[in-house]
Amino acid sequence: MNPHPKRELLAAGALAFLFLFLMPALNAWAPENSLLHVSNFTINVWGKYLAYGILAISVDLLWGFTGLLSLGQSLFFALGGYMLGMHLMLMIGKLGQYKSDLPDFLVFLGHTFLPAFWRPFSSFAFAALMVLAVPAVIGKVFGFLAFRSRIKGVYFSILTQALTYGASLMFFRNDMLMGGNNGFTDFKTLLGADVRSAGTQRTLYIVTGVALLCIYFGCRWLTRTKFGLIQRAIRDSETRVLFSGYAAANYKLFVFVVSAMIAAVGGALYVTQVGIINPSEMTPDKSLEAVVWVAVGGRGTLAGPILGAIVVNALKSWATRAIPDLWLILLGGTFLLIVLFLPGGLVSIPSQLRRLLGRRPKAEEPSTEGPAPISKASVS
Amino acid sequence: MTQKTFLLSAEGVNKSFDGFKAINDLNFYVEKGELRTVIGPNGAGKTTFLDLITGRTKPDTGRIEFEGVHDLGALTEHAIYRLGIGRKFQTPTVYSDHTVFENLVLSLEGSRGVFASLFFKLNPAQKDRIQEILETINLAPHAQRKAGTLAHGQKQWLEIGMLLAQEAKLLLIDEPAAGMTDEETARTGELLLSLVGKHTILVIEHDMVFVRQISQGRKVSVLHQGSVLCEGAADVVQSDERVIEVYLGRKHAR
Repeated sequence: MNPHPKRELLAAGALAFLFLFLMPALNAWAPENSLLHVSNFTINVWGKYLAYGILAISVDLLWGFTGLLSLGQSLFFALGGYMLGMHLMLMIGKLGQYKSDLPDFLVFLGHTFLPAFWRPFSSFAFAALMVLAVPAVIGKVFGFLAFRSRIKGVYFSILTQALTYGASLMFFRNDMLMGGNNGFTDFKTLLGADVRSAGTQRTLYIVTGVALLCIYFGCRWLTRTKFGLIQRAIRDSETRVLFSGYAAANYKLFVFVVSAMIAAVGGALYVTQVGIINPSEMTPDKSLEAVVWVAVGGRGTLAGPILGAIVVNALKSWATRAIPDLWLILLGGTFLLIVLFLPGGLVSIPSQLRRLLGRRPKAEEPSTEGPAPISKASVS
Repeated sequence: MTQKTFLLSAEGVNKSFDGFKAINDLNFYVEKGELRTVIGPNGAGKTTFLDLITGRTKPDTGRIEFEGVHDLGALTEHAIYRLGIGRKFQTPTVYSDHTVFENLVLSLEGSRGVFASLFFKLNPAQKDRIQEILETINLAPHAQRKAGTLAHGQKQWLEIGMLLAQEAKLLLIDEPAAGMTDEETARTGELLLSLVGKHTILVIEHDMVFVRQISQGRKVSVLHQGSVLCEGAADVVQSDERVIEVYLGRKHAR
């Protein structure tokens, strides 16, 4: 665990001040042509990164802390986005292309009235509840079946991958009445505010940052309780856990459901800032991308996934413009290099440096904060 | 025979795997507070017997009773653990990424529920208990070390400590001396002896030096081909014709 709780709080406080106060303030009040001005574009991009950071934490809570490599987190992320998206679609009202109360795609499909399951979504509170409830229920049912059958390791990864792939195929279909291929887009208002205005986007950015901060500290608390001890014990030796009298399946189910809800919160915030959600967000390669963020940032830590999500996506933003053809090679190469030479991820760089420069050339002392090396991960 | 309640009793137990009789009409009794050693050549059914007690496998026929009331053949591993039967495996299995202290916290008796674990706080009595165990198993100076960095023998002691934390009424200890140095073996013997009276202990062992050290005239049972060949003090057992035959016969056959 972190040996410097005070330093960690200080760092979190400084980052929170920088990102949650200074950046939005400079966006709102610094004159546009001054050096200090933060553009609306920057705010929007960082809002997206922070939402990805939430997704990454949910992946790490499963993979890094419990040893469950779930490739289905993009499903829960997308579901969160879809649930809030339904509300946003209904808020478009008559402002859509067809000037109808129905969302455009329903008019296009020849519907004349709103399907029953869409109706409650005109309430924001209901939609917000569904953002949490739908992923939780799906996670609970799927997790119950998977863990009861003692599905582990690579089989669990394959099954979660199949789950999200199957769901994306369903959402691609028009008769699912969830927008098919195109998904939801062209949102207008959220809680009465123009969703595309700089002010709203700034507020959403702050909300995302606060959510990330709360989730970070929530997970920090969780992983330091006895629950957290059991979580890591399951990762390292599940059989022993059973012989210590713990029903490991219940613990895995709990953390799976919590992770699903965290991912969904990230997805809902993501959609408000990116302005679109479609089934390609729930394909397995999206989940894999999040796994890469976690590996790059530092598996089994809480700061690592956030750092990884930001660094990899910033790299992606740059590379897809500067060297679009090489982006995937760059991503794959980064992943390989990190796995081979920096198994603790970017967050382990300071301790690695200290070890290199420090007392002995090769410290035999075990590192105090210890993500298990990736080579020993549950995949193997 | 006098009607007496044994802590553990096995009567007429049979277990075969694919026609091989691992346990053959076994009758075995352990009294409360005993330190019993079980020896026997490879394949005598020692580990299978532990598997039967802990619910890993079920007997084909016969009955294994705990405290004279619980039929262990009808219970799951989980439930048997809850009755207070703890098992130390042959190879040490501790949580290697957790500290020694945390290993013991995880083993402390108490609720095993998910929600209880979220709001669990060590109370002073539990802290004292852990400290006491740490001293018993000689690991007090290493409480904050990761269990994975301990020496082989220390891991074995930690695992015994985990059984103590669980407040097991019956400790099943499978070959504690395996892979240990002579010094570690001797200290393990001392550790087990210090527990006599407080716990009932069933030790399975090959190493006769170790067996003599811990039995000290207490009853030793010799298992052979899935049933008890003879019982008695270590010296008596070792000079028993049938025991010599079983051990030496094996050696000659090799």
